[in-house]
Amino acid sequence: MNVLVPLPVVLPLAGAALTLMLSRRPRVQRTVSLTVLSITLAVSVALLAACVARGPLVVAVGDWPAPVGIVLVADKLATLMLVVSAAVTLCVLVYSIGQGMADGNEETPLSIYHPTYLVLTAGVTNAFLSGDLFNLYVGFEILLVASYVLLTLGSTETRIRAGTTYVVVSLLSSLIFLTALGLVYAAAGTLNMAHLADRLDAVPDNVRLLLEGMLLLAFGIKAAVFPLSAWLPDSYPTAPAPVTAVFAGLLTKVGVYAIIRTETLLFPGGRVADAMMVLALLTLVVGILGAVAQSDIKRLLSFTLISHIGYMLFGVALTTASGLSGAIFYVVHHITIQTTLFLGAGLVERRGGSTSLDRLGGLARVSPLLAVLFFLPAMNLAGIPPLSGFLGKVGLLQAGVDVGGPLPYLLVAGGVLTSLLTLYAIARVWNLAFWREPHPEMPHAGDGGEPVRVDGAGNRTAQVREPGAPSGVMLPRLMVAPTLALVVLSAGFTVAAGPLFALSGQAATDLLARTPYVEAVLPEGVP
Amino acid sequence: MSPNLVYAVVVGVLFAAGVSLLLERSLTRVVMGVIMLGNGANLLILMAGTAGGPPIVGTTPEAEMSDPLPQAMILTAIVITFGMTAFLLAMAYRSWHLVGHDEVQDDVEDRRIMARAERDEGPDAADRGGPEEADEGPDPDSEPLPTGAPPARRVGR
Repeated sequence: MNVLVPLPVVLPLAGAALTLMLSRRPRVQRTVSLTVLSITLAVSVALLAACVARGPLVVAVGDWPAPVGIVLVADKLATLMLVVSAAVTLCVLVYSIGQGMADGNEETPLSIYHPTYLVLTAGVTNAFLSGDLFNLYVGFEILLVASYVLLTLGSTETRIRAGTTYVVVSLLSSLIFLTALGLVYAAAGTLNMAHLADRLDAVPDNVRLLLEGMLLLAFGIKAAVFPLSAWLPDSYPTAPAPVTAVFAGLLTKVGVYAIIRTETLLFPGGRVADAMMVLALLTLVVGILGAVAQSDIKRLLSFTLISHIGYMLFGVALTTASGLSGAIFYVVHHITIQTTLFLGAGLVERRGGSTSLDRLGGLARVSPLLAVLFFLPAMNLAGIPPLSGFLGKVGLLQAGVDVGGPLPYLLVAGGVLTSLLTLYAIARVWNLAFWREPHPEMPHAGDGGEPVRVDGAGNRTAQVREPGAPSGVMLPRLMVAPTLALVVLSAGFTVAAGPLFALSGQAATDLLARTPYVEAVLPEGVP
Repeated sequence: MSPNLVYAVVVGVLFAAGVSLLLERSLTRVVMGVIMLGNGANLLILMAGTAGGPPIVGTTPEAEMSDPLPQAMILTAIVITFGMTAFLLAMAYRSWHLVGHDEVQDDVEDRRIMARAERDEGPDAADRGGPEEADEGPDPDSEPLPTGAPPARRVGR
């Protein structure tokens, strides 16, 4: 079974090389990407099953034993994230293929898209599986480089501007991470996480606090925690819909994953828990207040993305098994739901010609299917019972009440307020874009062959396609199907919330105990 | 390398210069800042290891070997920083090509929302579309795509 562990990293990388060579044959390229990501999903599911049955799986890369070589560790948290991210990336790939076909550039697509997308996947899986801090850094860099390219696809003026903000901020966070790595190595003499878990206990308290602070700073930028989140709404919405969707779903969650990992494995005890709670509260409230002010669906969703990172941070800051379990459940739920909403925004843009609330209206009458595809995840995001968003929030709030004390109660209140404001922001989108009379500038239902006008005020994506290419106002089936699949998946989380909560609970218990991870990586004891 | 004052000062200067360059609006200066910060971080990692002879079994007694791990990490980090620098330079060039300079502008949507907040008027306002768009100044999407850039703004080529 261990032989499967490196596959989620190796397969997309090999696929990226293959698709790069096949860049002149788009059809084969598409087949390769789809196959690779399908196999990755299957492997991830197998890993999760194996991990639940037999505990963490460990592979020493190059057969160098643990503290010396680099290890890949598939524990419950990592494999759970792998499964969700593989499912999401596969759906988004199908969506982008559908969009490419509908835009008429089937024969001349951007040859760089598929390889870059696969490299991004490899970076994400590498970050999840890494059992070594430096390898985690490399995973981050892989996914970031790929994301730089995807964000500036076509290199139009708006995208270069947005890309500059994104690249410079990400570079800064990477450099902080790198500096923190140097300091960790100087203090502990190792970067293997299981080894560090033991060695860091001997490091003086103030040095540990410094290391923890620097790592959290680096991950906080990537996860878009409040004072470090301003880059996100300026950069994400300009990218093409599928790219924004996968960024929103996965990239910030990799940061959250790294925070969970370092806070539980390397720096247990929660000495910065109070500070994290304050930050979580600010992220929740400031983020959602930003969303309320927006008039563009994609930007509004970017702000809800920032805001809901606060829920996960809250769960981590509680440092109890139930809090951590709630955070893990919320991460899983949020990856799916945020991706679905951005894909939905892409469909809105295609159908309505814009994502600006000033230029939309009456979409529910014009396209009932689109309305359902947007309504369900939107209500899920706001936390309407009985959907998974509600269950995740209840889990977190319950964990907060269990801990008690002024700060957790304040956070519980902030969480409820954020949920209500999310509902308000989303309801505003619904009222303006889906109800009202159809906007006069919107493409009409009858003219099926008419290309969608892409010069609306809210439409900042400047789609990469030749003018006048055949493009129906009707929604392409290959774009609807993956969105529907993700809606069904999130509904599945609702139905299977019991087992999923049990699984996240087990993962949280393992994380807090630390021993399963450390013993799996260093079976012969800590050297 | 055991900590010594010269290294510490050099790292400090590199970091300080890098951060101050990073705060500039011109992308070329940001690139310089990233290079300095990257080199500072690499030097810091080098300081984290122990100094000594080449870490090859047979040539150096084990106790006198230098720590090879930080060096391996620095090599990786150098390659990554190199790639990033190349990408940033390409972006700076592209930006110069498109708008004639490489300075990072304020976000257009931000300005739009600020302007709207000043007029205290939302998209929910009854007469949407009309005056609202008239005084908005440059519309984010009427900004020219590369092919449609007005010749006056083009400096390159």
